[in-house]
Amino acid sequence: MVRLITHNLLACHVKGCTSNNFPLQFKDVQVELREAEFNPDFLRGFIPRLEWGALVDAARQLGDTSLPAEPPEMLDDDFLQKLHHVLLEVHIEEGAMICPNCNHVYPISNGIPNMASAYHQPIHNVVN
Amino acid sequence: MIPTPDVSHLTKKDFEHVYEPAEDTFILLDALEQDAESLRLSLPRVCLEIGSGSGCVSSFVGSILGPSSALYVATDINPHACHCTKLTGRQNKTPIEPLNASLATPLMQRLKHAVDILIFNPPYVPTYDDEADGAQQGADIQGAWAGGKDGMQVTDVLLDQVENLLSPIGRFYLVAVKQNDVPAIRRRLLDTHGLQSEIVVQRRAGGEHLFVVRFSR
Ligand SMILES: C[S@@+](CC[C@H](N)C(=O)[O-])C[C@H]1O[C@@H](n2cnc3c(N)ncnc32)[C@H](O)[C@@H]1O
Ligand SMILES: [Zn+2]
Repeated sequence: MVRLITHNLLACHVKGCTSNNFPLQFKDVQVELREAEFNPDFLRGFIPRLEWGALVDAARQLGDTSLPAEPPEMLDDDFLQKLHHVLLEVHIEEGAMICPNCNHVYPISNGIPNMASAYHQPIHNVVN
Repeated sequence: MIPTPDVSHLTKKDFEHVYEPAEDTFILLDALEQDAESLRLSLPRVCLEIGSGSGCVSSFVGSILGPSSALYVATDINPHACHCTKLTGRQNKTPIEPLNASLATPLMQRLKHAVDILIFNPPYVPTYDDEADGAQQGADIQGAWAGGKDGMQVTDVLLDQVENLLSPIGRFYLVAVKQNDVPAIRRRLLDTHGLQSEIVVQRRAGGEHLFVVRFSR
């Protein structure tokens, strides 16, 4: 269950791939929606750790346009509910994430991303 | 008393490939339970367990803090372990995000100084280096214990990344055995990275002298 909250924390770590390596781009993903407990305190505490632009982008890739381009100053319940849904209730079960820099493919299967393949990647795959 | 997480959904077949909770797991649960109140009060938002195996430990932290109070991310090099971690989270009502990865590699960039609770019960058994290398490559049950020279081959790599990961309120819980040279580990994290430490629990069990050490700023 890769949720967007986790996707927002993942960067490509192929050796030598250190810039423009975030956020990973989704490809051919299958999504499932599952309800999660709403916790406004958690969301407020987590906002400073988010890369907002990357989150908005990732949500759009999955067809969700409910988030504003910038986080609002007033974190009211209506906004927090939307954020809650995007961050915690959208589960990517199948598909892949692709590095925008070196094009390394990180497959997702059964909701588990395979980030281990990066260690065996030869350095000459890096394209810049 | 916080109940030990339920792993009854995992089978004998699972435990042929994935580390079954044992004395080292339980001493880690004891240490976390002992710290439960102060952990709750520190309002942790990001909990990262490295080498989650069955998922027992992260589920336990979920019971301490509550399922919606923090993000629970867990890495393991062993894909079977990632699968078991996901199931155990579900069984115990803690949503754990498993990543099939070594140490914290895919997270290092984004979780710089952002991990509130970092946990590692590493492969700590002293073996030949080749055996530990093979176990890391194989990503199966041998990787749960084969630790190379002084049992430190895998832990050593993480120790240099701990300071980078810990948030201002961050704590790092490490399981170690006597042969790992606990005083040297503590000295190294203090001298090189300025991290304080304390032994939370130690005990002898099944021929091992086990420690749980907690590091913080
Ligand atoms: C001693 S077991 C602990 C399992 C579980 N946390 C527990 O306490 O019961 C060590 C775990 O670390 C994993 N591991 C070994 N090397 C690793 C690495 N480089 N990165 C991530 N996990 C690793 C193993 O696959 C195994 O699941
Ligand atoms: Zn890359």
